[in-house]
Amino acid sequence: MRREAPKSVADYTPLFFPALMLIVFFVVPFSTMIAVSFFKRNPAGFYTPDFVFDNYARFLSVFFGGVLGFSLMLAVLVAVCCVAIAFPFTYLLTRRPRRVQTLWLVGLLSVLSLSEVIIGFAWSTLFSRTAGITNLFVAIGLMDKPVALLPTFGAVLTGMVYQALPYTILVLYPALVRLDPTLLEAARTLGASPVRAFFNVVAPALRNTIVATLIMVFVFALGSYLLPQILGRPQHWTLSVLITDQAIYQSNMPFAAAMAVFLVLISLALVGMTLLVGRKENAL
Amino acid sequence: MNRLIGKSLTRRRVLGAGLATAGMLAMPSILRAQDKSLKVGVYGGYFKKSFDEHVFPDFTKATGIAVESVAEPTGEAWLVQLEQAAKAGQAPADLSMMSQTSTIKGQSTELWTPLDTSKFKHYNDLLPRFVSKYPDGRVAGIGAVAWWITLVTNTDVYKEAPTSWAALWDKGNEDKLGLLALASNSFLLEVTAKTFMGGTNALDSEDGLNKAFEKLAEVKPNVRLWYRDEAQFEQALKSGEIPMGQYYHDVTGLAAADGFHVRSTFPKEGGIQDSGNWVLSRASTKVDEAHTFIDYMSQPSMQGLMSRKVGTTPTLKKEVLDLKPEEFAAVSSDIEPIIPRYDLYTSKADWINQKWTELIVG
Repeated sequence: MRREAPKSVADYTPLFFPALMLIVFFVVPFSTMIAVSFFKRNPAGFYTPDFVFDNYARFLSVFFGGVLGFSLMLAVLVAVCCVAIAFPFTYLLTRRPRRVQTLWLVGLLSVLSLSEVIIGFAWSTLFSRTAGITNLFVAIGLMDKPVALLPTFGAVLTGMVYQALPYTILVLYPALVRLDPTLLEAARTLGASPVRAFFNVVAPALRNTIVATLIMVFVFALGSYLLPQILGRPQHWTLSVLITDQAIYQSNMPFAAAMAVFLVLISLALVGMTLLVGRKENAL
Repeated sequence: MNRLIGKSLTRRRVLGAGLATAGMLAMPSILRAQDKSLKVGVYGGYFKKSFDEHVFPDFTKATGIAVESVAEPTGEAWLVQLEQAAKAGQAPADLSMMSQTSTIKGQSTELWTPLDTSKFKHYNDLLPRFVSKYPDGRVAGIGAVAWWITLVTNTDVYKEAPTSWAALWDKGNEDKLGLLALASNSFLLEVTAKTFMGGTNALDSEDGLNKAFEKLAEVKPNVRLWYRDEAQFEQALKSGEIPMGQYYHDVTGLAAADGFHVRSTFPKEGGIQDSGNWVLSRASTKVDEAHTFIDYMSQPSMQGLMSRKVGTTPTLKKEVLDLKPEEFAAVSSDIEPIIPRYDLYTSKADWINQKWTELIVG
């Protein structure tokens, strides 16, 4: 296919709709948020338009640094766990007959219909002392008495991985389905074991996809605010929980906006990094 | 869960709007009979359900004013929505139930239409703490409902009811408590001051506040859940997963009546009495209807009905009520209540919030 550079305004028309959507749903709200983050907070009421740095100054503290660090660490961990589980799973899935694949994908899509609230409460029951899975372990003699598995970091991580896994698989699936099978056949012909071929041929061939998926899950996990509350202790609360506290319970919009701007900037920086990585690979 | 309630409500309201349209087309005469209407915001969940069932239909019958109830989230989200809507000249609800702190915050932008108290027959019977005034004396809000936050326990785990808030500090209760997650809705600073520092006046100075925070920090190892949403704790309390904590007296009473093994105790230092006001958004044009509604709700018979059916504490003086002693005892206590220091959550809001967050997260 030959590509011609657009010559007239009319050639650009297909771009108008996405551009409009981007402006309406991203540029305008985000600009509003940035503006609000510089407003002056009135603790006895709301806020007044102004240009002050107080909200950012309050955020720059060891305490909020710690919370931000934890949120980033948690999101990275969720992303790594999700890809580590979903990549081999999706690879094996694409080797199955079409019918089996469809069934699995429908099952995964149905998990997406569960809201964060339902996922949170379901896991909190599963991990509870009174009704949880440890009762099952007691029944089959693995444990002496049931214990509560929450609130713990492990519970938060499990819940968040569970929530993000279907997305991960759905993002990886198209790339893995389209993977040229002859690559693998060549590797096998040259004497590589299936496992070795998977790690030395399949994984590197899809490096871009894996990086993009990692970032998608990371950004997704960064916004989680309900699961850390239901399944974790206060030290497992993410920055999103504290943003919600400020916005909903303290009506401190300027400070909430300042924290949110920080989070968005970090997400954008990561998207930028992916683009850089992608460009380098294309150059090779 | 607020979010859950919010979602189901939008759907219900859409359905309701559809039904209303159908009704309009079918029966124009009924529409004319009820063209006086009022949108009333009530806390979503239990309160809304009770009001829809026991209060609004009778009010419409008595006055001819149709009520559309709107579920509002607790916390300050509703205040923010009302404020932003009012700037655009809109009122998502004419009258709303509003917490004391939010009522004070709304005053700063004149969000509430001052109320004409001469239209309320029982204005002089209201307990003074249920009338919220602007600094210049105009009335911003009238007590709507009052409720208690008390010490609750699971009866299977605690055979004997605790008698004092000091039980929260008991070393034997490690990892057993469920407490509200915010300074401004748990009122635990006030509890600490009343239990260990001789009263909530101890919180007047920053020094006193610091001491209360220090004392409160000792509770941390005992707390398993800091909850924002009631559903989270209620379930765990009923099952005995988290057998002690602070919770609402009315809902705990209902759960006990339903056969769950829970109890609510007024500690000897007093339960926490919190309350909500009826406030009228300045963007609302239904000023007359709103006054009629507040007048109707402030009658002794209505306050009695609410105590019996909804379990709320009356906002009127005890003498004018038609409640039997045992009915009064079920919704209140003669022990002097802990009245939250609402002023602190506006004058020192950010300082307290920061210290509090560092206390429980750190």
